[in-house]
This record gives sequence, structure tokens and C-alpha cells, in this order.
Amino acid sequence: MAYLKLEIDGDVALIWLDRPGEKMNTLTTGLGEEFQPLLAQLEKDSRVRAIVLISAKEDNFVAGADIEMLQQSSEPGSLARLSRTGQSLMDRLADFPKPVVAAINGAALGGGLELAMSCHYRIVTENKKTVLGLPEVKLGLNPGSGGTQNAPALVGIRRALDMMLTGKNIYPFPAKKMGLVDMVVHPYALKTAAVQAARKMADGKLSRKFKKPLLGRILEDTPLRSIIFSQARKMTQKQTLGNYPAPFGILDCVAEGASRGRAAGLAREAESFEELGRTPQSRELINLFFAITGQKRNPGRDEVREVGKVGVLGAGLMGAGIAQVSADKGYPVVMKDISREALAHGEKNIWDAYKTRVRKRVISPFERDQVVSRVAATTDYQGLRRCDLVIEAVFEDLDLKRRVLADCEAVLPEKAIFASNTSSLPISDIAAGAQRPGQVIGMHYFSPVPKMPLLEIIVTGQTENWVSATAFEVGVRQGKTVIVVKDGPGFYTTRILAPMLNEALFLLEEGGEIRHIDRVMKQFGFPVGPITLIDEVGIDVGAHVAGVMSPLFTARGEKPTEVMKKLTEEGYKGRKNRMGFYHYDEQAARGWRGFVKKKKEVNQNIYKFFGGPNRKQLDPVEIHDRLTLIMVNEAARCLEEGILSSPVDGDLGAVMGLGFPPFLGGPFRYLDSLGGEAVLAKFGDLARNFGQRFQPAEIIVSHARAQKSFY
Amino acid sequence: MANTGKGLRRAVFVDGARIPFLKSGTGYKDLTSYDLARLALTALLNKTQLPGNEVDWVILGNVVANINTSNVAREAALAAGIPHRVPAVSLALACISANKAITNGVDLIRSGEADVVIAGGTESLTDIPIRFRKRFRQKLIESQRYRKPLDYLGFFKGLKASDFLPEIPAIAEFSTGRTMGQDCDRMAARLGVTREEQDVFAARSHQLAARATAEGFLAQEIWPTAVPPRFDLISADNGFRADSTAESLANLRPAFIKPYGTLTAGNSSFLTDGAGAVLLMSEEKAAALGYAPKAAIRSYAYTAQDPEEELLLGPAYSTPKVLAKAGLSLADIGVFEMHEAFAAQVVANLKCLDSDTFGREKLGLPGKVGEIPPDRLNAWGGSLSLGHPFGATGARLVTTTVNRMIHEDREFGLTTSCAAGAHGSAIILERLA
Repeated sequence: MAYLKLEIDGDVALIWLDRPGEKMNTLTTGLGEEFQPLLAQLEKDSRVRAIVLISAKEDNFVAGADIEMLQQSSEPGSLARLSRTGQSLMDRLADFPKPVVAAINGAALGGGLELAMSCHYRIVTENKKTVLGLPEVKLGLNPGSGGTQNAPALVGIRRALDMMLTGKNIYPFPAKKMGLVDMVVHPYALKTAAVQAARKMADGKLSRKFKKPLLGRILEDTPLRSIIFSQARKMTQKQTLGNYPAPFGILDCVAEGASRGRAAGLAREAESFEELGRTPQSRELINLFFAITGQKRNPGRDEVREVGKVGVLGAGLMGAGIAQVSADKGYPVVMKDISREALAHGEKNIWDAYKTRVRKRVISPFERDQVVSRVAATTDYQGLRRCDLVIEAVFEDLDLKRRVLADCEAVLPEKAIFASNTSSLPISDIAAGAQRPGQVIGMHYFSPVPKMPLLEIIVTGQTENWVSATAFEVGVRQGKTVIVVKDGPGFYTTRILAPMLNEALFLLEEGGEIRHIDRVMKQFGFPVGPITLIDEVGIDVGAHVAGVMSPLFTARGEKPTEVMKKLTEEGYKGRKNRMGFYHYDEQAARGWRGFVKKKKEVNQNIYKFFGGPNRKQLDPVEIHDRLTLIMVNEAARCLEEGILSSPVDGDLGAVMGLGFPPFLGGPFRYLDSLGGEAVLAKFGDLARNFGQRFQPAEIIVSHARAQKSFY
Repeated sequence: MANTGKGLRRAVFVDGARIPFLKSGTGYKDLTSYDLARLALTALLNKTQLPGNEVDWVILGNVVANINTSNVAREAALAAGIPHRVPAVSLALACISANKAITNGVDLIRSGEADVVIAGGTESLTDIPIRFRKRFRQKLIESQRYRKPLDYLGFFKGLKASDFLPEIPAIAEFSTGRTMGQDCDRMAARLGVTREEQDVFAARSHQLAARATAEGFLAQEIWPTAVPPRFDLISADNGFRADSTAESLANLRPAFIKPYGTLTAGNSSFLTDGAGAVLLMSEEKAAALGYAPKAAIRSYAYTAQDPEEELLLGPAYSTPKVLAKAGLSLADIGVFEMHEAFAAQVVANLKCLDSDTFGREKLGLPGKVGEIPPDRLNAWGGSLSLGHPFGATGARLVTTTVNRMIHEDREFGLTTSCAAGAHGSAIILERLA
């Protein structure tokens, strides 16, 4: 017996889940094959009156289905078959004549939770690592082992939909409250409690007590439930804009089960699993999942030096964000700013970030206090004298950055790293006057730092290997997905974003409509439209970045728009000074009785910088192709020039830093999925109609000619 | 005398820090003594850049304890990032709790038990425990044993309406039943301390505090703090009034003994929230960690008197005792910091020290201890004006003494305080920096 180990405790059989040679238990086909005969044996064994399912792993029950196994199931029908195999195991457990108790410590996700949901009683530990959820939707799939039927049966349709459509994590106490689990115990009592519960169930003295709340019964167990489904569909349509099929697949399965019964629901679930598993969306989301997982491995891990204390220059939104993600993961932080008031503001931002978590009891006020105590505020450079790494987040100005670098080098220990969180200034320019240029590096975070998952590390020709390895390690510990790129104007992310925004402004100059362009790009899967993005980032910042990048583009014979510079001179800075492409006047945004109006209004005045108020709606496909492909093309150039060391970095950077549609997988996955010929044809058209800048990068051409893909 | 440290290791004062002292119910009104202690400990760690893992002990004074954090030092130390393996203790010795915390730390260092001790105190007099009355509390405890619904009917039996009223603790002496203010007023009358003397001294305290704040002297010990949840920046004490004069104070009515008493709200210390801490080390450890300590602890003494008649005369008893231990005379001391619970208490103690009768009869000396020159006493204000968070005041006094020694270029400083229970404390510091 390889995966399952049997332990007999009197009249209770414990089945230990212990996938050999792995830290994590996952659902594999092999598991099912072991389970069935074992269950048959236990059913016959008259000494066994009840069963406990428990994991032998330190911090997981079953972390989900084996995703590689899914990826390899290429034969048509094989995914539906997998789903049905899973379903039959789950049904076998659910129908087992003796009580089955799931004892859960650590993650029970996806197939793991489906397994637990098929048992007759669930006990979880209050361990911080214990987390439940059905995250299949994040991979473009539906739960395939009975989850779409068993979850509504356990917790009701609304809660089950919430779980499956968001894929969110559910922690022990909320799980108990919603009926997903039946008992919460401390980690050391899990086995005892589970055996005891199993025995009591066999004696008929214990059963699941959860009662669905009255509101749930009224809404879900009557014809009213059709309202739930229609509302959920509306919300899902609004949020996915039709780009993601999985949520609809999930809704179909649940609706089918609710109207035509469990068997029909299970049949739909298996079919849906096959259908969704074959979608390009699911393929790309799974690719991304592997890319992100792979990126946690630090290529320079042997050279990492210890970082005891992190310094952050600047207590603005960026600085406080960096301080927060560092302190949150245990780093003592010194946050320096010029004024005490700015520091107080930064400290408040950090404190407020924990408000919701404290209110929801995810962390205690004491744990919050511990995190905020790790951030020391100072106005004195001397405060940094014990930092091993200082990350500057001061105003984007080369002279200023050079000055703070010099000020830091004066007080920092010999072996300290100076990192600049610049979004566009070349790191080698900042490091030019440094005493220790080998210890200068770029750490480009994205705003808001606690939410945005990417960290772009920029190395110059001089940056020492241990320095980049150490910065990488800090980034991973801060919870970021890290890519390492070479220095240059705009590095990677800013460099590919700049032409895209530039192209959006060209569209305006050609008579395009602000809201239309934004809407089209959102429709195609970007989280925000490009014009809104300019307002959010700041028109002045955009102009500054455009200025930094301009020589690169003009050298190629391109002519970027100067309109942002002009707008800045006229006082337009975007959202921050409420003068941008949209109106941000809160008074005006409030309608009747102070309710905030949903849509922000376009600032019609700004059209005078783009040729007047006469606007037309351009072809959506043209908008999308121009904006997306100019970005993709620039990404390819970055790979060609060695700014990027791999297509994976390029895809992760674009998706996680810039919101490139995840279901397209990133610029390089997108190129691969279009195919070389189609790519060349598209660029050919664009170059003919809109000029030189759409000449495809050499590497795109050569790959297409050689019929070579980037992956 | 063990605590002169002869033959033992020398304990040094590296630096001290406190958060601003605020009138109760103002800037710290949302916080508890735990929060204040956490802020003071992080202030000290940040100011000295001491890595938390170097600490061997944390000792904090706290008088009005919050039942949720009965060992407030431990909770605050953990929250402030001091490693969990570092033990922490809270102690209560009324207004000299922090003094005791500091000298306990000195003992641990001298005896070799510890190399690095953080000592200080915390107090929130905004967050005081308001309790049910004894009879009601008894009933609540009894009711836990109730089994049948009918039992609960018995709950109200024997309870008077007044038993349901909450009980706000008075700052009263348990043994005498008198509040501090009443007792001090009584003593002022006994020792002939006049209302005018009190008002003059109180006005002086306020004016000196205002000056020391304006000139930035107190900035050396205050760590500007942004206070959750609003994070308004608090960088100075808020209790002193620069425009206080003896004349303006003379208009106030007696606060404790009416109508003929002499103590008023104006010449008494006010209810205060605050916390402070000092960093103590063995001389060797300070050198090893690269610190230049500001002072060494030369000697300390504690006394206890008759609570009935000498409740607030601690300084008059402990000062000669510590001088004798240190082998110094009053004239050797360049900086005096005497705790100002009430102006009357300071004046009374100064009188006793300067009295031949007191010296002979109470101290068994040939004559008086001597006169403390006014210009050497409490030159940066005192508890009357800066405030008096009971458990924390000692940390302020010691830190101010040291900073004044450096500022005024003096070799020795002495800080002395009185405390409930008729205790006295005196510590002599020797300048190193």
C-alpha cells in the first residue's frame, strides 16, 4: 500500500493519507484505485464500525487535484472520465454504510475539500495553516469530483456559489459557522476528536447538527432560487465580461443539480469539466499557475545573504506599502521621511491595512500591534545605520535619487544593498556616482504594493550576484512573484506599458472616444482601461516616463506623442489633482441624497488637446490589436535585447504587473497561441495602416519563419 | 553596602526615551497602559537602535493595572518585538514603580544575572478599572453555581439599589483611608507650608517646563509618536501652562480639604497618561555593543516611613540615606530631580532636609542634611507641570537627571521621590558622557 495507510484503533479504522515522496497530498488516479478495494475491505470487516480520513502530512490534508495530471490528459473525453472516477469515489464515501469522519489539519483545497465534503462529518484544526476552498475557478475549471453538488447540499446554494465562483479561502471558524465543517479543535486533539466522533456516530449518538438559516431555506428551497441563479449570472457577466467561461460552467452545474437532481448535476459536472479543461483560458491559467510556482525558486539561492533589517525611504503610499509587506513577513523596518507628519501618515496607512483583518478576526489586535511595532519611523539618516537593505521610494527625480543614495551610503554598513524603487530611471544612472555600485539594484514595486503581486528586480552590469540573489529572496518573502530583468530605460514593465499608453493617446488624437477606448480594453480583459490608467498613475508621471523613454523610441524612427507633457504644463495631473481625462469632483460625483454615482464622467474639456470635441467610436478590434500588439512587440524586443532572460519572466511581468489579460497567458503565450503566420499578418496590416512602429521585432519574425514557438 | 556596587559589575544608563505625557482623557484616550508601554518600548528600541534579541529582561512599573494585561510588561514587550524568550515583569510600588524597575535592573546587571535590561513604566489613568461593588461581585460569583432557573430569583435577595452602582477607585491610602491630596494638605498644615509657597513653586514648575519644551531640552527624552488609531502626531507634553503665575494659581479653590485646605488643582499634579523606559547595561556589554553610555548608576536607597504622619516625606528620608551609601555630600550633587506629586510635598521635603530638628530627631544626624539650591532643582519642570503617570514617572526622572547632568556639566545627579505607603526612593547617577 503506497498512498493510504491503515491504522486500526479498536472499532475505528483510520485511513492515513500519505502520498509517498511528496510534501503535499494531491488527488491522483492512483489514490482512487487504492481507495476502492480498501473501502470494500473495511465495509466487510465487522470489527470496524467507523472510519476516519486523516492526513499524515504536516500541514495539508489534500491540497487539490494533481494539476500536472490534468495537463497531461490530452485525449478527448479523458477529463470527463477523470471527473467521473472522482465522483464515484466521492459517492462511495458518501454512501458508505459506516460513518466516515474527515479529520483536517492544513489545506483542504479543491479535490481535497471535495473529498472531505463526501464524508459524513468534518473536523478541522484551528491551525493557521488550515484553510478550505474550491479554487478550481482560478484555473478556469469547475470542481470536478462532486463539489458542484455536494457544496450546495452542505452550505446552501448561495454560499456554495460564493465559494466556487470566487475560489476564496475559508478559515476554520467561518467554515464552522457556515456549516462547511462540524467541529473545530486544537491541532493536538485532531486524531482523538475524530476517533471519538466516529465512534459516537456509529453508536448513533452524534450527527451533523447544522441547520440552514431560515433566509437560506426561503431563498434556496423554493422557486425563488431561480432569482439566485439569474442574479449570479448577471454579476458574473459583469465581472468577467464574458472572458472567462468557468464561472458560467459552475453555475450551470449547480443549477442543473438544483432543478433536475443530483445525478443530472453530476453528469453536467463531468461534461463541464471536460469542456472547460479544453478551453484556452484554462490552459493559460494553468500555465500561469506553474510559472508563478516555478518563480518562487531563487536561482541564486546559494548566494543569498541575510537581511536583518530593511530600510525604506519615503513614507508615501509606495514607501508605506513596502514597509508593510516587509514588516508583515517579519522584517524589522526603518521608515525614513523628511517630515514627522508624512511618517505619521504612512504609519496610519499601515495600521489601517489591518483594520478589516482585525475586525474579521483573521488576526488579533495583538498580532497587528506586533507588525506595526516592527516599523520604526525616523527623520534621521542615522536611523538606517543598521539596515542591510534600503529601498528608496522617493520622488522620481534622478538628482534626488543620487543624493539619497549618497546619504545612505554615508551611514549604511559596508555590505548593505541600496535598492531603488524607480519605475523608469535607469539604475546605472542612479548608481553612476555610488561608492559601491555593485550593491545598487532596482526593486520596482507596483502600486498599491500590498495588493500587486509583482516585483521587478533590475540588475545593472555592475550589480553583484549576491545582491540580486538577496533582493530576490526578500521579494519572495514579501510574498511577491519576482522577475529579474536587465537595466535600460523603463526596464521591462514600464518599457512595454509606455508604447501602449502612447498608442491609446494616438487613438484619441485620431478622434477616438475616451470611455469607448477604456471600455473596449476592459472588454478584452484588461483590469482597467488605458486612459483611466494614465489618470491613476498621474499624467505628470506619464509625461516624465515618456520623456525618459523617448530617446529609445525616436532612435527607432518612432515619434511618441507629446500630449502628456503639454497636459502637465496645463496643470493636468490626473486623479491626484482631480484634473484628468475624467472628472473626480466628489461633489459632482454625488447624485441624489449623496449616493455616489456609479460612473465617472469624461472630462469633455480635455478633448481640445486632441483635436476638438467631435468624437467617433473606432473599431474595437483595431483598438485592441493596436494596443495589445504594440505592447507584445515591445516585450519581444526586450527578449531580443536580453532585457528579459526568458519568455516566462515577460509573461509574468505583463500579467501580474500590468494586468495583461491572464487568460491570454501573457505576451509570449499570446504570440504562441496566435501562431507565427497570423502574427506576421496582423503586424503587416498594422504597419501598413499605422506605420513603422508596428514593424515586428526581429525575434518575432525569425520565430515565425522557423515555425518556432516561444515556449 | 551592596548597592554601591563595590566589587560588583558597574551598571550604566545608555539612554532613556518616553512618549509625551498627556493629560488623561486627551491624546491617549483610546489606549490602554499596554498600548502606551508598547509605544515607549519601541521608542527606546528605535532611539537606541538596540536589536531586540540583545535584551535580557524587561521590567516595567504600573500602578493602576488593567486586568486584561496584569503583566503589562510582558504583553508590551512581545508586541514591541522583543523576542519571546526575554522574560518580563511588571511591578507596583506606587509612584516609584519605575524607580524600582530601574534599580531591580541595576541589581540584575551588577550581580551578573543580566547584561541588558529595559526598565521603565506605563500608566493610563484614562483606562482605570471601574468595578461593581463588593456585594454585587459576590452575587455574580455565586450565580455561576446556579443550576435551576429558580435559583436566579435569589440573585436579587439582599442586594440594595446602591449595590448596582459602579465603583470608581479613589487614589486613597488603604491604611489611613485618606486620599493622597487630603494627606498632603494635612501635612502642609502640620509643617507650616503656606498656600503661597505652594503656588509659587507650582508656577515655577509650569514656567520651567514650558521653557525646557520651547528650548528643546525635553526633546532629548521625548520620542514623537503618532498614536493609533488616528495617528495624530504627538511630540510634546500637553499638561504644562506657560502662563501660570503664583497670582493666577492663588484664585483656585481648595481641591481636597474644603474650605480651609491649601492644596488646589493648580498646585497638585494632574491625572496623566504616559510611558517611558531606560536602557541599562553592564559597562562591558555597552562597550561591546559600541554604545557610549551617558551615566552610571552610583547608588540607590529606599526608605519606608509611618503612613499616618509621613506619607509623602520619602525624599527627606531617602536622600541622606543614598548620600551616605555613595559617600557623597549634598554639595557634591549638581543636579536634583525631586518628584512633584504636590507643590506642598516638595516644599515640605525641602524644609525637612534643611531642618536641624528633623535631621537630629528623625534621621539621627548631628544636624540638617542641607539646603538644595533652587537653581539645581527640577530645572526642566516636574510632575506638577509635565504630568505624573504613576508607574512611568521614575523613568522620566532618571532620564531627565542624566540629560541635565550633561547639559549643565555636572558630575553627579540625584533623583528622589515619595510614594504611597510612605515609601521613599533616591538614586544617584554619575555622568559618563
